[in-house]
Amino acid sequence: MSYDLIVIGGGPAGYVGAIRAAQLGKKVVCVEKERAGGTCLNWGCIPTKSLLRNAELYQIMSKHAAEFGMKFDNLSFEWDKIVQRSRNVSDKNAAGIEFLFKKNKVDYVLGEATVVKAGTVEVTDKDGKKQTIEGKNILVSTGCLSRPMPNLPFNGTTVISSKEAMVIHQQPKSLIVIGAGAIGVEFAYFFNAFGTKVTVVEMLPNILPVEDTEVSQTLEKSFTKQGITLLTGTKVTAAEATDKGVKITVEGKKNETIEADVCLVAIGVVPVLPGGLKLELDRGSIKTNDRYETSVKGVYAAGDIIGPPWLAHVASYEAIQAVEGMFVPGAKPKKVSTFPGCTYCQPQVASVGLTERAAKEKGIKYKVGKFPFLASGKARAIGEMEGFVKLILGDEHGEVLGAHIIGPEATEMIAEMGLAITLEATHDEIAQTIHAHPTLTEAIHEAVEQAYGKAIHI
Amino acid sequence: MPDITMPKLSDTMTEGTLVKWHKKTGDKVSAGEVIADVETDKATMEMEAFDDGVMDQIYVQEGKKVGVGEKLAFVLGEGESKPVEQKKEAPAEKKPAADATPAQKSAAPASALVAISSGRFRASPLAKKIAAKRGVDLSKITGSGPGGRIVQKDVLNAPAGGGSAPAAISIPVPTGNGTRIPLSGMRRVIADRLYASKTQIPHFYLTIELNAEPLMQFRKDINVIHEEKSLQKVTVNDFVVLAAARAAKAHPKVNAAFAGDSVFEYTDINISVAIAVEDGLVTPVIRNADTLSLRDLSAAIKDFAVRARGKKLKPEEYQGGTLTISNLGAYGIKDFAAIINPPQALILAVGAIIKKPVVGEHDKIVVGHTMSITLSADHRVVDGAVGAEYMKTLRHLLESPATMLF
Repeated sequence: MSYDLIVIGGGPAGYVGAIRAAQLGKKVVCVEKERAGGTCLNWGCIPTKSLLRNAELYQIMSKHAAEFGMKFDNLSFEWDKIVQRSRNVSDKNAAGIEFLFKKNKVDYVLGEATVVKAGTVEVTDKDGKKQTIEGKNILVSTGCLSRPMPNLPFNGTTVISSKEAMVIHQQPKSLIVIGAGAIGVEFAYFFNAFGTKVTVVEMLPNILPVEDTEVSQTLEKSFTKQGITLLTGTKVTAAEATDKGVKITVEGKKNETIEADVCLVAIGVVPVLPGGLKLELDRGSIKTNDRYETSVKGVYAAGDIIGPPWLAHVASYEAIQAVEGMFVPGAKPKKVSTFPGCTYCQPQVASVGLTERAAKEKGIKYKVGKFPFLASGKARAIGEMEGFVKLILGDEHGEVLGAHIIGPEATEMIAEMGLAITLEATHDEIAQTIHAHPTLTEAIHEAVEQAYGKAIHI
Repeated sequence: MPDITMPKLSDTMTEGTLVKWHKKTGDKVSAGEVIADVETDKATMEMEAFDDGVMDQIYVQEGKKVGVGEKLAFVLGEGESKPVEQKKEAPAEKKPAADATPAQKSAAPASALVAISSGRFRASPLAKKIAAKRGVDLSKITGSGPGGRIVQKDVLNAPAGGGSAPAAISIPVPTGNGTRIPLSGMRRVIADRLYASKTQIPHFYLTIELNAEPLMQFRKDINVIHEEKSLQKVTVNDFVVLAAARAAKAHPKVNAAFAGDSVFEYTDINISVAIAVEDGLVTPVIRNADTLSLRDLSAAIKDFAVRARGKKLKPEEYQGGTLTISNLGAYGIKDFAAIINPPQALILAVGAIIKKPVVGEHDKIVVGHTMSITLSADHRVVDGAVGAEYMKTLRHLLESPATMLF
């Protein structure tokens, strides 16, 4: 039997691509090594959001209860149950994907795939049994794994990746996080909220270095206030796992040696290349053309495996583009240009489009519109007044070039700005859109108006 | 109250001529009141005000051609004051339509079953702003965004003044002595649609010559009665339209259209009847023609013909046709082949009843009456055999016209 499409990997690229192809009436099989859902659903986005919800609730109850007129005697938590809740959430969602496969008549094969040649994939199941699958097209979406520190290999207990961090049996008393990207920052927030002493080491001058500098600086202030130690502009020069934990020597504003129970290494990811056929690479990731086709005809790739940004929503988009390119006559697949990025600590950070820094570097003339949540009635009502909305607008026409939000529900609010960029909306359309009162989204409206000196509440 | 803009009054309308203003600057306007007459490609229509107010400014003079969505006038609502900055955006002067040879326009695919969207320009707000600044005419740009939406890069790539790159085929422009007659809205639509149809739809043709004696006799009998009762006479064309509809009922595969990735079979049989008018032709639609009696059908066609010549047909009366009949019999044309009216897949070209020698009973040459009908079909939808079956049924019905009474 021959398939129209063999998808390797069941993550946000693979399962989405498989389902779209099935929707287009194609015969599809998805080969997954472990469990459908990929890193996102099993070891990333979803379980960590579950943990962070716990952290957020606990932080409100432990630090802000009095503000809300509440009092807890002997407030405590059960670590096991926090972790278990997160696992349950993943389990449910993973089962959901298998259901979607059934519903869309996508065949699902568990095992490790090797691309023998274009059109042929060999799958080895956990008992070592092999089967060969034939298909006209192959989509490689095997994803990435955490990148290890060159001088500090993962050992699963004291030197860990995010995957171990989210199921850690015992809450560490102290934690060093190396790397202050979204993953490092989220875990720093999570462990700190439950009382772990957290130190974050980041080589670049700011945490969340890809975000707008003002956003990073605001988060740094907030994190410092929450009790997290931030060592930015700081390099790890030596590191070793000891009997008690880890010992890290850093060089930055201060040169020092710090010790902790556990070290979480969150310095990026490495591609998981499928076995078999050698595909041409670009900086370690699979190289693809405009149609997401690799150096081998009929073999396509999408998701983390084709390089940054390593984001689930980008992976899904790429897979859909790739699959439509394969099967929809006349379809011209699009490459990712604008995408939102979200970090789910508190205050939350979300952005889409250009940072002010990038606009400057590109020599684009722009206007900035900014509105602080301190001036938002809704933010005050819910007791979350940290942060702001900052918009980068084209100077001449007022189109949205970038949007940067730090504050409550920032990750939910960013969608409006993504749509604005896609639709090429300008300040006029946003200003003319009535934003419900009282909502946090009024801050977007006010930020637009502020750029033109027309904000009412500031 | 906002600006009054040129409304989109039919699915093919891209511009209209402001024939007459019923209001002048300073006049009071109330909701529902007729403020202007607008001529579209199909008809002259009355434009009503949506709100009460005062006619503050008129941007477009009578006789001017204006694109859909462009400003015509500004009506100040009751209690409203003038906006601080009244933008003096004179509607872009349209170039004489004759400049645009069919090749310059990127013709919309004939198979576009999708309804052409409403009066709004499908352009992003940013694209509109850049276009306004650079003087780019959005109506001449082909959008690359979703659903053909014009986005920033389309405008940036367009030369100032508008216009996408001309298509590969260039058609020589006529020179020498003559008069240049600007295209009317209707001529433009005929030009665009039929150019697209003839170049993009794979036409094939099937001709039948049928014995028209029984039809002539039958029609004569009916009209004798009709004359006695002072009823309107039935025409040969009435029979042909009814037969075409009934035959389509028997062969639903021909009552269909090509839709890109599928064939769309219509449920209803709605016959577009081509009617010549002063500046071209129109094709009003007889709905569910297969279910009508000969008398009702005849009355409907007559009504359309009268109103079409007076340009009084309503936009909805042109919409939803599933196959077309063009009859040039009255001009003595023996036979001809017509161009398919997209997105339909079928058009019947009906010739005159001709008196001529035919082979009669016992192989004797006798004087007979014949009529030729040529089918033009879209081969993507209808194959030769299917078309031939349809024509066979059509012949049978017209040669035994009494069967159509039931």
